[in-house]
Amino acid sequence: MVRALGLLVFLAATWLLLSGIYDHSLLYWLGAASCLLCVFIARRMDVVDHEGAPLELGWRIIVYWPWLFVEIVKANIDVIGRLLHPTPNISPTLVRSKTLQRTDLGRVIYANSITLTPGTLSIDVDDEKGILIHALSRDGAEGVLTDDMNRRCAALESDKLHARAQKDMTS
Amino acid sequence: MDWVAIVAGILVIGGAFLAMIGTYGTLRLPDLYTRLHAASVTDTLATFMVLAGLAIPSLVAGEWLIAVKLLFILIFLWFTSPIASYALGHAAFFAAQKPKLDHDLTDGEGGMT
Repeated sequence: MVRALGLLVFLAATWLLLSGIYDHSLLYWLGAASCLLCVFIARRMDVVDHEGAPLELGWRIIVYWPWLFVEIVKANIDVIGRLLHPTPNISPTLVRSKTLQRTDLGRVIYANSITLTPGTLSIDVDDEKGILIHALSRDGAEGVLTDDMNRRCAALESDKLHARAQKDMTS
Repeated sequence: MDWVAIVAGILVIGGAFLAMIGTYGTLRLPDLYTRLHAASVTDTLATFMVLAGLAIPSLVAGEWLIAVKLLFILIFLWFTSPIASYALGHAAFFAAQKPKLDHDLTDGEGGMT
Protein backbone atom coordinates (compact mmCIF):
# COMPACT_ATOMS: atom_id res chain seq x y z
CA MET A 1 0.00 0.00 0.00
CA VAL A 2 2.82 2.40 0.88
CA ARG A 3 4.42 1.46 -2.41
CA ALA A 4 1.22 2.18 -4.38
CA LEU A 5 1.03 5.56 -2.63
CA GLY A 6 4.64 6.30 -3.53
CA LEU A 7 3.89 5.43 -7.15
CA LEU A 8 0.84 7.72 -7.07
CA VAL A 9 2.91 10.64 -5.74
CA PHE A 10 5.58 10.01 -8.38
CA LEU A 11 2.99 9.84 -11.19
CA ALA A 12 1.26 13.01 -9.95
CA ALA A 13 4.58 14.89 -9.87
CA THR A 14 5.41 13.68 -13.39
CA TRP A 15 1.98 14.75 -14.62
CA LEU A 16 2.29 18.21 -13.05
CA LEU A 17 5.74 18.75 -14.56
CA LEU A 18 4.68 17.59 -18.03
CA SER A 19 1.39 19.48 -18.08
CA GLY A 20 2.57 23.04 -17.39
CA ILE A 21 -1.01 24.39 -17.48
CA TYR A 22 -2.11 25.17 -13.95
CA ASP A 23 -5.26 27.34 -14.38
CA HIS A 24 -7.91 24.85 -15.49
CA SER A 25 -9.54 22.77 -12.76
CA LEU A 26 -10.84 20.26 -15.34
CA LEU A 27 -7.25 19.32 -16.23
CA TYR A 28 -6.47 18.54 -12.59
CA TRP A 29 -9.43 16.15 -12.43
CA LEU A 30 -8.34 14.43 -15.64
CA GLY A 31 -4.76 14.22 -14.37
CA ALA A 32 -5.81 12.78 -11.02
CA ALA A 33 -8.07 10.27 -12.79
CA SER A 34 -5.29 9.08 -15.10
CA CYS A 35 -2.80 8.76 -12.20
CA LEU A 36 -5.28 6.70 -10.18
CA LEU A 37 -6.11 4.55 -13.22
CA CYS A 38 -2.39 3.88 -13.78
CA VAL A 39 -1.85 2.84 -10.16
CA PHE A 40 -4.97 0.63 -10.31
CA ILE A 41 -3.80 -1.12 -13.49
CA ALA A 42 -0.26 -1.50 -12.12
CA ARG A 43 -1.63 -3.14 -8.99
CA ARG A 44 -3.86 -5.45 -11.03
CA MET A 45 -0.80 -6.43 -13.09
CA ASP A 46 1.05 -7.09 -9.84
CA VAL A 47 4.06 -4.98 -10.87
CA VAL A 48 4.01 -2.61 -7.87
CA ASP A 49 6.76 -4.53 -6.05
CA HIS A 50 10.36 -3.78 -5.04
CA GLU A 51 11.34 -3.77 -8.73
CA GLY A 52 8.46 -1.76 -10.15
CA ALA A 53 8.60 0.96 -7.48
CA PRO A 54 11.96 0.58 -5.69
CA LEU A 55 11.38 3.02 -2.84
CA GLU A 56 14.04 1.17 -0.80
CA LEU A 57 16.79 2.60 -3.01
CA GLY A 58 15.92 6.03 -1.61
CA TRP A 59 18.76 8.50 -1.15
CA ARG A 60 21.39 5.94 -2.09
CA ILE A 61 20.50 6.10 -5.79
CA ILE A 62 20.58 9.93 -5.66
CA VAL A 63 24.18 9.71 -4.43
CA TYR A 64 25.02 7.01 -7.00
CA TRP A 65 23.80 8.86 -10.11
CA PRO A 66 26.23 11.81 -9.96
CA TRP A 67 29.12 9.39 -9.46
CA LEU A 68 27.91 7.33 -12.44
CA PHE A 69 27.59 10.51 -14.51
CA VAL A 70 31.24 11.43 -13.85
CA GLU A 71 32.26 7.88 -14.78
CA ILE A 72 30.28 8.13 -18.03
CA VAL A 73 32.00 11.41 -18.96
CA LYS A 74 35.47 9.97 -18.18
CA ALA A 75 34.74 6.79 -20.19
CA ASN A 76 33.44 8.88 -23.10
CA ILE A 77 36.65 10.91 -23.23
CA ASP A 78 38.70 7.69 -23.17
CA VAL A 79 36.70 6.05 -25.98
CA ILE A 80 36.73 9.21 -28.14
CA GLY A 81 40.52 9.41 -27.72
CA ARG A 82 40.84 5.80 -28.90
CA LEU A 83 38.55 6.38 -31.88
CA LEU A 84 40.40 9.49 -33.06
CA HIS A 85 43.71 7.61 -33.18
CA PRO A 86 44.85 7.22 -36.84
CA THR A 87 44.29 3.47 -36.51
CA PRO A 88 41.71 2.92 -33.74
CA ASN A 89 43.70 2.19 -30.60
CA ILE A 90 41.66 -0.79 -29.38
CA SER A 91 42.35 -4.20 -27.86
CA PRO A 92 38.95 -5.92 -27.45
CA THR A 93 38.83 -7.97 -24.25
CA LEU A 94 36.28 -10.35 -22.80
CA VAL A 95 35.99 -10.60 -19.02
CA ARG A 96 33.67 -12.01 -16.35
CA SER A 97 32.80 -9.92 -13.31
CA LYS A 98 31.47 -11.75 -10.25
CA THR A 99 28.47 -9.82 -9.00
CA LEU A 100 28.53 -8.72 -5.37
CA GLN A 101 24.84 -7.72 -5.37
CA ARG A 102 22.29 -9.76 -3.47
CA THR A 103 19.15 -8.90 -5.47
CA ASP A 104 18.18 -8.98 -9.13
CA LEU A 105 17.50 -5.25 -8.99
CA GLY A 106 21.10 -4.56 -7.89
CA ARG A 107 22.46 -6.83 -10.63
CA VAL A 108 20.37 -5.04 -13.27
CA ILE A 109 21.61 -1.65 -12.05
CA TYR A 110 25.20 -2.92 -12.20
CA ALA A 111 24.83 -4.45 -15.69
CA ASN A 112 23.13 -1.33 -17.05
CA SER A 113 25.77 0.93 -15.49
CA ILE A 114 28.46 -1.13 -17.24
CA THR A 115 26.70 -0.80 -20.58
CA LEU A 116 26.01 2.90 -20.06
CA THR A 117 29.72 3.69 -19.65
CA PRO A 118 31.18 3.59 -23.17
CA GLY A 119 34.04 1.12 -23.56
CA THR A 120 32.38 -1.65 -21.57
CA LEU A 121 29.33 -3.66 -22.62
CA SER A 122 27.57 -6.35 -20.63
CA ILE A 123 26.69 -9.34 -22.81
CA ASP A 124 25.33 -11.93 -20.39
CA VAL A 125 24.12 -11.77 -16.80
CA ASP A 126 24.43 -15.05 -14.91
CA ASP A 127 23.79 -15.54 -11.19
CA GLU A 128 26.67 -17.98 -10.64
CA LYS A 129 29.24 -17.03 -13.26
CA GLY A 130 28.77 -13.26 -13.01
CA ILE A 131 28.40 -10.73 -15.82
CA LEU A 132 30.14 -11.34 -19.15
CA ILE A 133 31.65 -8.04 -20.28
CA HIS A 134 33.10 -7.01 -23.62
CA ALA A 135 35.58 -4.16 -23.21
CA LEU A 136 37.00 -2.00 -25.97
CA SER A 137 40.45 -2.04 -24.39
CA ARG A 138 42.37 -4.16 -21.93
CA ASP A 139 42.61 -1.11 -19.62
CA GLY A 140 38.81 -0.89 -19.59
CA ALA A 141 38.52 -4.59 -18.71
CA GLU A 142 41.01 -4.18 -15.88
CA GLY A 143 39.04 -1.15 -14.69
CA VAL A 144 35.98 -3.40 -14.39
CA LEU A 145 38.02 -5.97 -12.44
CA THR A 146 38.83 -3.40 -9.72
CA ASP A 147 35.14 -3.88 -8.74
CA ASP A 148 34.67 -0.22 -7.83
CA MET A 149 31.30 0.08 -9.59
CA ASN A 150 30.40 -3.45 -8.45
CA ARG A 151 30.84 -2.47 -4.78
CA ARG A 152 28.94 0.79 -5.21
CA CYS A 153 25.99 -1.06 -6.80
CA ALA A 154 26.04 -3.59 -3.97
CA ALA A 155 25.99 -0.70 -1.46
CA LEU A 156 22.74 0.51 -3.10
CA GLU A 157 20.91 -2.48 -1.65
CA SER A 158 19.72 -1.85 1.87
CA ASP A 159 18.87 -4.81 4.11
CA LYS A 160 15.25 -3.74 3.71
CA LEU A 161 15.43 -4.16 -0.06
CA HIS A 162 17.02 -7.59 0.33
CA ALA A 163 14.33 -8.73 2.77
CA ARG A 164 11.63 -7.36 0.45
CA ALA A 165 13.11 -9.11 -2.59
CA GLN A 166 13.10 -12.46 -0.78
CA LYS A 167 9.52 -11.93 0.33
CA ASP A 168 8.34 -10.94 -3.17
CA MET A 169 10.10 -13.94 -4.65
CA THR A 170 8.37 -16.46 -2.42
CA SER A 171 4.91 -14.88 -2.56
CA MET B 1 25.86 37.88 -28.80
CA ASP B 2 25.35 37.13 -25.13
CA TRP B 3 27.08 34.44 -23.15
CA VAL B 4 23.99 32.21 -22.96
CA ALA B 5 23.84 31.78 -26.71
CA ILE B 6 27.60 31.14 -26.82
CA VAL B 7 27.55 28.44 -24.10
CA ALA B 8 24.43 26.80 -25.56
CA GLY B 9 25.94 26.92 -29.05
CA ILE B 10 29.19 25.33 -27.89
CA LEU B 11 27.26 22.52 -26.14
CA VAL B 12 24.98 21.78 -29.10
CA ILE B 13 27.78 21.90 -31.68
CA GLY B 14 30.04 19.85 -29.39
CA GLY B 15 27.28 17.27 -28.98
CA ALA B 16 26.78 17.11 -32.74
CA PHE B 17 30.54 16.69 -33.16
CA LEU B 18 30.59 13.81 -30.66
CA ALA B 19 27.67 12.18 -32.50
CA MET B 20 29.78 12.45 -35.65
CA ILE B 21 32.75 10.77 -33.92
CA GLY B 22 30.40 8.01 -32.74
CA THR B 23 29.17 7.51 -36.29
CA TYR B 24 32.73 7.48 -37.61
CA GLY B 25 33.62 4.84 -35.00
CA THR B 26 30.58 2.76 -35.91
CA LEU B 27 31.76 2.64 -39.52
CA ARG B 28 35.46 2.26 -38.76
CA LEU B 29 35.61 -0.45 -36.07
CA PRO B 30 35.90 -4.13 -37.00
CA ASP B 31 32.94 -6.00 -35.43
CA LEU B 32 29.50 -5.59 -33.88
CA TYR B 33 30.70 -5.40 -30.26
CA THR B 34 33.32 -2.70 -30.82
CA ARG B 35 30.80 -0.79 -32.93
CA LEU B 36 28.33 -0.84 -30.04
CA HIS B 37 31.00 0.91 -27.93
CA ALA B 38 31.28 3.66 -30.52
CA ALA B 39 27.50 3.97 -30.75
CA SER B 40 27.25 4.39 -26.97
CA VAL B 41 29.27 7.61 -27.22
CA THR B 42 26.39 8.99 -29.31
CA ASP B 43 23.88 7.57 -26.82
CA THR B 44 25.39 9.10 -23.70
CA LEU B 45 27.58 12.20 -23.84
CA ALA B 46 26.47 13.51 -27.25
CA THR B 47 22.80 13.34 -26.22
CA PHE B 48 23.57 14.97 -22.89
CA MET B 49 25.46 17.86 -24.49
CA VAL B 50 22.76 18.59 -27.07
CA LEU B 51 19.98 18.46 -24.44
CA ALA B 52 22.00 20.60 -21.99
CA GLY B 53 22.59 23.11 -24.78
CA LEU B 54 18.84 23.28 -25.35
CA ALA B 55 18.02 23.45 -21.64
CA ILE B 56 20.34 26.32 -20.66
CA PRO B 57 18.61 29.10 -22.68
CA SER B 58 15.17 28.03 -21.42
CA LEU B 59 16.46 27.96 -17.83
CA VAL B 60 17.90 31.47 -18.19
CA ALA B 61 14.63 32.68 -19.69
CA GLY B 62 12.81 31.27 -16.63
CA GLU B 63 11.07 28.52 -18.62
CA TRP B 64 12.15 25.78 -16.22
CA LEU B 65 9.33 23.44 -17.26
CA ILE B 66 10.98 23.07 -20.67
CA ALA B 67 14.27 22.17 -18.97
CA VAL B 68 12.44 19.57 -16.85
CA LYS B 69 10.97 18.01 -20.00
CA LEU B 70 14.44 17.84 -21.56
CA LEU B 71 15.68 16.19 -18.35
CA PHE B 72 12.89 13.60 -18.69
CA ILE B 73 14.05 12.86 -22.24
CA LEU B 74 17.61 12.38 -20.97
CA ILE B 75 16.50 10.07 -18.15
CA PHE B 76 14.33 7.93 -20.46
CA LEU B 77 17.16 7.67 -23.00
CA TRP B 78 19.75 6.74 -20.39
CA PHE B 79 17.43 4.15 -18.90
CA THR B 80 16.52 2.49 -22.19
CA SER B 81 19.67 2.65 -24.34
CA PRO B 82 21.71 0.18 -22.22
CA ILE B 83 18.81 -2.30 -22.49
CA ALA B 84 18.90 -2.02 -26.29
CA SER B 85 22.69 -2.46 -26.34
CA TYR B 86 22.42 -5.48 -24.03
CA ALA B 87 19.72 -7.04 -26.25
CA LEU B 88 21.90 -6.59 -29.34
CA GLY B 89 25.11 -7.86 -27.74
CA HIS B 90 23.39 -10.77 -25.98
CA ALA B 91 21.55 -11.89 -29.13
CA ALA B 92 24.67 -11.66 -31.28
CA PHE B 93 26.86 -13.51 -28.77
CA PHE B 94 24.47 -16.44 -28.38
CA ALA B 95 23.88 -16.62 -32.12
CA ALA B 96 27.57 -17.68 -32.20
CA GLN B 97 28.71 -14.33 -33.57
CA LYS B 98 31.94 -14.50 -31.56
CA PRO B 99 33.80 -11.22 -31.02
CA LYS B 100 37.24 -10.53 -32.48
CA LEU B 101 39.37 -10.44 -29.35
CA ASP B 102 42.90 -9.42 -28.42
CA HIS B 103 42.63 -10.76 -24.87
CA ASP B 104 40.24 -13.24 -23.30
CA LEU B 105 40.27 -13.04 -19.50
CA THR B 106 37.48 -15.63 -19.16
CA ASP B 107 37.82 -19.42 -19.41
CA GLY B 108 37.81 -19.38 -23.18
CA GLU B 109 34.20 -18.24 -23.50
CA GLY B 110 35.10 -15.91 -26.34
CA GLY B 111 35.87 -18.89 -28.56
CA MET B 112 39.63 -18.23 -28.70
CA THR B 113 41.82 -21.30 -28.40
